[in-house]
Amino acid sequence: MANQKKQKQQAQQYQSFEEKRETKRPILLNCIKAFLVGGFICFIGQLITTFYIYFFNFTEQTAGSPTTATLIFITMLLTGFGLYDRIGQFAGAGSAVPITGFGNAVISSAIEHRTEGFIVGVGTNMFKVAGPVIVYGVFAAFVVALIKTIFLQLGGS
Amino acid sequence: MIFFWAFVVGGLICVVGQIMFDVFKLSPAHTLTTLVIIGAILDGLGWYEPLIDFAGAGVTVPITSFGNSLVHGALAEAEKHGLIGVVTGMFEVTSAGISAAIIFGVVGALLFKPKA
Repeated sequence: MANQKKQKQQAQQYQSFEEKRETKRPILLNCIKAFLVGGFICFIGQLITTFYIYFFNFTEQTAGSPTTATLIFITMLLTGFGLYDRIGQFAGAGSAVPITGFGNAVISSAIEHRTEGFIVGVGTNMFKVAGPVIVYGVFAAFVVALIKTIFLQLGGS
Repeated sequence: MIFFWAFVVGGLICVVGQIMFDVFKLSPAHTLTTLVIIGAILDGLGWYEPLIDFAGAGVTVPITSFGNSLVHGALAEAEKHGLIGVVTGMFEVTSAGISAAIIFGVVGALLFKPKA
């Protein structure tokens, strides 16, 4: 009994020791990096959006789609040459949150698993990381749109 | 001016993601999923479109816009065909992101070899 108590105490001591030694994440610095890189990616996105609005007759609301496709194409090149990983190490969420991060998750899984073949390797693993985003994005959108549609049909505004 | 707001608003959304990483210790998958759900809810409330007018790519490039465009497609179709439209219209607007990811994923796998 006494032995057990002593063990528990030791475990607690170790835990507080561990907490003290754990390197603190530099949260402020990480946020600044994420802000700068994420903002920069959105700035590039705005350049592409403006390009599509002026030269291809898109509007501010519809130019998002071609912009997304273009950004993912650029992501493919950056991922393929191993540059996106390096940006990611520096930027954290700054390169993960923009749509390019979604593209990177899909494309890097595809490249990584090509040695296992194109059906079993690439096809199966492509959405391993990005899958949850699509699954719960679609499900959440379904719930939201359902509630709003019923609300509108009942005469709300 | 829209370039400035695209930078600032887009950057701020990434900061929210970074805080979820660092402060709440969420995995990237949890963070991105949460952001998509937030985007869907914002569009359900009708707040996402004014944001696009204000910040342009600052809100269309972050992953939150994925949730927004899913809801947008579903609602547009529901207006025409009633409740069933919620299911059938879901991918109407979002097509670009997913199609591009699949196409360039396969192309990327064809072009590039994995790093050792």
